[in-house]
Amino acid sequence: MNTAKNEKKIAELLHKNCKLSLEQLATMTEMTVDEVAAAIDALEASKTILGYGAIVNWDKIQGSETVTAYIEIQVAPQRNRGFDRLAERIYQYPEVKSLNLMSGHYDFGVIVEAANIQEIAMFVSERLAPMESVLDTSTHFVLKRYKSDGVIYDTKTEDDREVISL
Amino acid sequence: MSFNPQNFLNTTVKNIPPSGIRRFFDIAAEMDDVISLGVGEPDFVTPWHIRDEGVYSLEKGHTHYTPNKGLLELRREISNYMKRRFNLTYDAMTQTIVTVGGSEGIDLFLRTVIEPGDEVLIPEPSFVCYRPITELCGGTPVPILTTAEHNFKLTAEDLEKAITPKTKVLVLPYPNNPTGGIMTQEDLNKIAEVIRKHNIMILSDEIYAELTYGRKHISIAQLDGMYERTVVISGFSKTYAMTGWRLGFACGHPDIISQMTKVHQYAIMSAPTVAQYAAIEALRRGDDDIEVMRNEYDDRRKIIVSGFNAMGLDCFEPEGAFYAFPSIKSTGLSSNDFCEKLLYDMKVAVIPGTAFGACGEGHVRCSYAYSLESINAALERIEAFVKKVK
Repeated sequence: MNTAKNEKKIAELLHKNCKLSLEQLATMTEMTVDEVAAAIDALEASKTILGYGAIVNWDKIQGSETVTAYIEIQVAPQRNRGFDRLAERIYQYPEVKSLNLMSGHYDFGVIVEAANIQEIAMFVSERLAPMESVLDTSTHFVLKRYKSDGVIYDTKTEDDREVISL
Repeated sequence: MSFNPQNFLNTTVKNIPPSGIRRFFDIAAEMDDVISLGVGEPDFVTPWHIRDEGVYSLEKGHTHYTPNKGLLELRREISNYMKRRFNLTYDAMTQTIVTVGGSEGIDLFLRTVIEPGDEVLIPEPSFVCYRPITELCGGTPVPILTTAEHNFKLTAEDLEKAITPKTKVLVLPYPNNPTGGIMTQEDLNKIAEVIRKHNIMILSDEIYAELTYGRKHISIAQLDGMYERTVVISGFSKTYAMTGWRLGFACGHPDIISQMTKVHQYAIMSAPTVAQYAAIEALRRGDDDIEVMRNEYDDRRKIIVSGFNAMGLDCFEPEGAFYAFPSIKSTGLSSNDFCEKLLYDMKVAVIPGTAFGACGEGHVRCSYAYSLESINAALERIEAFVKKVK
């Protein structure tokens, strides 16, 4: 396998399960442990792999319940700066978990998380809406999560196959 | 007069031994916290777009019989699929039949061609149905033993030795359950050379054809002079994770398929209608699903094979299906004892190789149609067990 193909395979495996050990990755990619470690270092150095984290259903952890909102923002792009300057000002806020420039009726799609509805309302009214170039915002609160990052929250986990079959 | 059911039973049926793993299965089923590597079916649920099509067909009220051979729309898709994936040309109308799983296709074919006294060559270890069905037809099963030394392939020499004037059919069960062995084009060329010298038919059970790793499956029907004398058995269970839908198909010479259709018509009528509609969707838009599942199996395959070799259980590299077939000879235990002790001591269920033919002695079948977590947990327990018994 060439380097690009190896890096792609390692990135795919870690994206699915970042708990895989170097040994397991080496077995799956038919590389040595050292080669895998070097490839991961390279992926991290090039900011291809940006971080590692678990997908958590926070509703199941007492005291960790959060409120999530999707906020659509319409803006007027700035001369010579396009959307990037404004995006930078928005994504710096720790409440902003994701930010995308969108096609269609609005420009930015923002996912914001906070402890309660009031905090999100304050964030929108005091931080986002008053920003220069922001023309309009529309806030949608998440009522229930069904699937996130490709993982179904309430998926069946029991194996209903027979214990043994030929 | 008192009724004794024993007096009414067909002698051949009575003489068929019960499944070798029945007792083992009963023990495992009663135990809690068993980690099983004993299942012969995918862990994946059928991809949603295929399930959805099944649901949709119910909503539309498709609840009646289909034509005996199956929906023509499905047979056309089977014909397209065999051309697209294996470069085999079968006329949808006359050369395909939809069956209740690949198993029914095997049963239909053997019942259609085997007469008392005919010999059926069965490479072993292999799936368990060829022998009893042959016996039910009055035929004589003739096992051909394959070995780890030859990667459990059927060799031309062994085939030649087994052929007699009574030989009518060679079963070719590759990619193989339980060994994971495959036959490459080179291997098949040698088999075809032998077949050309003798007038026998081939039952090519290709139910695992889509699950090969590193190289594409070759059907013997693709080889010169083999097409007409081969009936290919395949299905949806392993390819699209559709075991519970019970749907397979057979492709072959029109004269054979038409006679198989008669048997099917009187025994089964037609395969389940909902499954047939779902299968059309699978064949039309399911090629990517095959790729995703195969890649996942391949990752697990490498982990399980390397795990067995690391703990001192020699495991040849299986290139097909989703089974590893490690040798447990170094433990000094028989296959049965190994499996039973492993189950009692460590609560891990694997299948004795002898369940698939006497020459499976010294091996156990371990499926990797399980999550990586389950495979790793099972490997840990097996390693502890091996250390203890060695």
